[in-house]
Amino acid sequence: MLTWIDDRLGTASWARTGLRKIFPDHWSFLLGEVALFCLVVLVATGVYLTLFYVPDGTEVTYAGPWAPLQGQQVSAAFNSVLRLSFEVRAGLVMRQIHHWAALIFVAAIAIHVMRVFFTGAFRKPRELNWLVGIGLLTMALAMGITGYSLPDDLISGTGLRIIYSVVISIPFVGPYLGFLLFGGEFPTKEIISRLFVFHVMLLPALLIGGVLTHLAILWIQKHTQYRISGATEHNVVGKSFWPSQVFKSTGLAILTAAVLALMGGLVQINPVWSYGPFDATTVSAPAQPDWYVGWLEGSLRLFPPVEITIFGVTIPSPFIPGVLIPGLLFTVLALWPFLEARVTGDRMEHNLLDRPYEHPMRTSLGVAGLLIFIVYTIGGGNDVISLVLGVPVETMTNILRVAIFAVPILGFVISYRICVELRDRGGGVMHRGPGIRLRRNAQGGFEEVDGEP
Amino acid sequence: MTASRGITLSLLLSVAASIGLVVIYLVNGGPQVEAIFLALALGGFGTAIIIWAVALLDAPTESEARHSLASSAEARAAADEALAPQQISRRRFLIRLLAGAGAALAAALVLPAFSLGPTPGQDLFRTAWRKGRRVVDGDGHPVRPGDLPLNSVRTVFPEGFVGRPDSQTLLIKVRPADLKLPDGRNAWAPEGALAYSKVCTHAGCPVGLYRAKQHQLLCPCHQSTFDVLDGATVVFGPAARPLPQLPMEVDADGYLVALGDFPQPIGPGFWDMTQAQPSEKV
Repeated sequence: MLTWIDDRLGTASWARTGLRKIFPDHWSFLLGEVALFCLVVLVATGVYLTLFYVPDGTEVTYAGPWAPLQGQQVSAAFNSVLRLSFEVRAGLVMRQIHHWAALIFVAAIAIHVMRVFFTGAFRKPRELNWLVGIGLLTMALAMGITGYSLPDDLISGTGLRIIYSVVISIPFVGPYLGFLLFGGEFPTKEIISRLFVFHVMLLPALLIGGVLTHLAILWIQKHTQYRISGATEHNVVGKSFWPSQVFKSTGLAILTAAVLALMGGLVQINPVWSYGPFDATTVSAPAQPDWYVGWLEGSLRLFPPVEITIFGVTIPSPFIPGVLIPGLLFTVLALWPFLEARVTGDRMEHNLLDRPYEHPMRTSLGVAGLLIFIVYTIGGGNDVISLVLGVPVETMTNILRVAIFAVPILGFVISYRICVELRDRGGGVMHRGPGIRLRRNAQGGFEEVDGEP
Repeated sequence: MTASRGITLSLLLSVAASIGLVVIYLVNGGPQVEAIFLALALGGFGTAIIIWAVALLDAPTESEARHSLASSAEARAAADEALAPQQISRRRFLIRLLAGAGAALAAALVLPAFSLGPTPGQDLFRTAWRKGRRVVDGDGHPVRPGDLPLNSVRTVFPEGFVGRPDSQTLLIKVRPADLKLPDGRNAWAPEGALAYSKVCTHAGCPVGLYRAKQHQLLCPCHQSTFDVLDGATVVFGPAARPLPQLPMEVDADGYLVALGDFPQPIGPGFWDMTQAQPSEKV
């Protein structure tokens, strides 16, 4: 069989080197893999959902088993999600696994990005793969937002409402762009079928193409490694791809799927039947988006009421917090490898990873960026938090308006100090070379003994 | 326990759970039980492979050399030569024309995208409110100001346009003496019944909460807060403009009717919102 294939494709010589390729072994290198396995689960469950979902905004009368909505006008899309949840056997568990997998997918990507950032893995020659990775993160967010909106329930419809308002806030082109994307003034019937095309066709094609590019570049450039014994800039120390790495990764993939299955069945998520169908004249409170959108929501909530008109051109209030600030943060993130290389003047190739304390400036700027994200995310839930703490939401918002500046600055200073201190001490235990243990003997000399120094 | 026994047990657990999963599906056991069996089937399988990898495939740590990623100078020169042979690089004019033709073609091919939506035109400036249109509630019944309980709030629409999103309006009844409306707008609130656009001027959510004691409207999306007595001016939150007020009067039958459309565009801002649309004003 293998001979038959090799005669036609010449696979044996390729397999000989490919299967023996060395991959470094470290738990932090598995974060990206977890994201990849979530994507596999997403595709599998997503295909199943697509077979039942109806991408149609037309109103129908709900006549399914969920009593509170019987006789109500709902969109055909919402109707199909309710049918999937209550009438299709295994439908609800598939839907919930899909939603949980999406949340973990974005989380795994985010933590993977942090690992790459704080260890300096983005440096030459890996700037290109960093850009591909940021593209994938963006695509994952777009997948999340389009998918979240498909059930056409009250909360996702309100989310679309806000997205539409942010789009039309863009000076000069906003209203045109908003009308093109949505097919007219919000709300439109067209938007559901358009989101569907993006969610199940265009974005997955880009996402999967991007993942393959990401992996191909990784394969060509070989993996980075920590400074374990024997590792240099000019080698890779680890285990061969086949069989040990393949077995470990396959096991991890299946266990990831197992955890997602358990969450999908036991932890309820997005019960759209209790939110009800979308209706542009009603709103529910408090409403929370998926975790990765919270920071954008927080940016909108915390921004001061500013709407300037210059020469008849208005800069609408959602523009700065909804377009400019996120755009700026993402641009800095995407261009980071180039910005850092310009500032440090370091244009060497780096295959050995840094410990975060070895680069106090990078690490503490990263911490500051992370804290901006966290404070904004808290801001996105300011109403829920004020309810829990019993503080007026105005007080909560004002505190966060200060915190969005104070916390990242404080975080920067503290992490900078910690890094410098660790670096001056010659690093933690991780960095110390192996020593020896000596004992003074009866003759007054020293002799070596076994055991850790 | 030996590794091979661990693998055996894990795989047997997986097989048992897979059989259980089939049974659960056939008897429609519900999402919780389905998920537990699915997780056991996957978990047993995954655990078996992990044990196998760790215990039976303990490969030695090896080292592999990295080769320079960059090509040699000769290879680069040869590639340049292969990429742009004389027959191409000499034809400067034709290359430019080719690029220009490509750009023209791309521009022509983009045009069908404009079929995706209408141009905004007057849509963002106008709602369905017109002079003389009655104010009706969600069931289409006209409203008398005297029938409204004090401090009550309800969502109303222009007659014939119930449920129309851009025309959704909040009708609130307050004591006329408490009103602090800008000049000339007291007449728009007959008997203390006053109406504001329900679409938030920040991000367009329905302004769905009313704090009756403070006479404040609160948008649940981003907590923009508007003072009802003071012309819906913003008292807190990210919104920068008051909710537009609907001019109303009482008709001969005692029902509320609109005196015209909202005097300003409703809802979230857009770049040319202040540019006059004279034919559309009240």
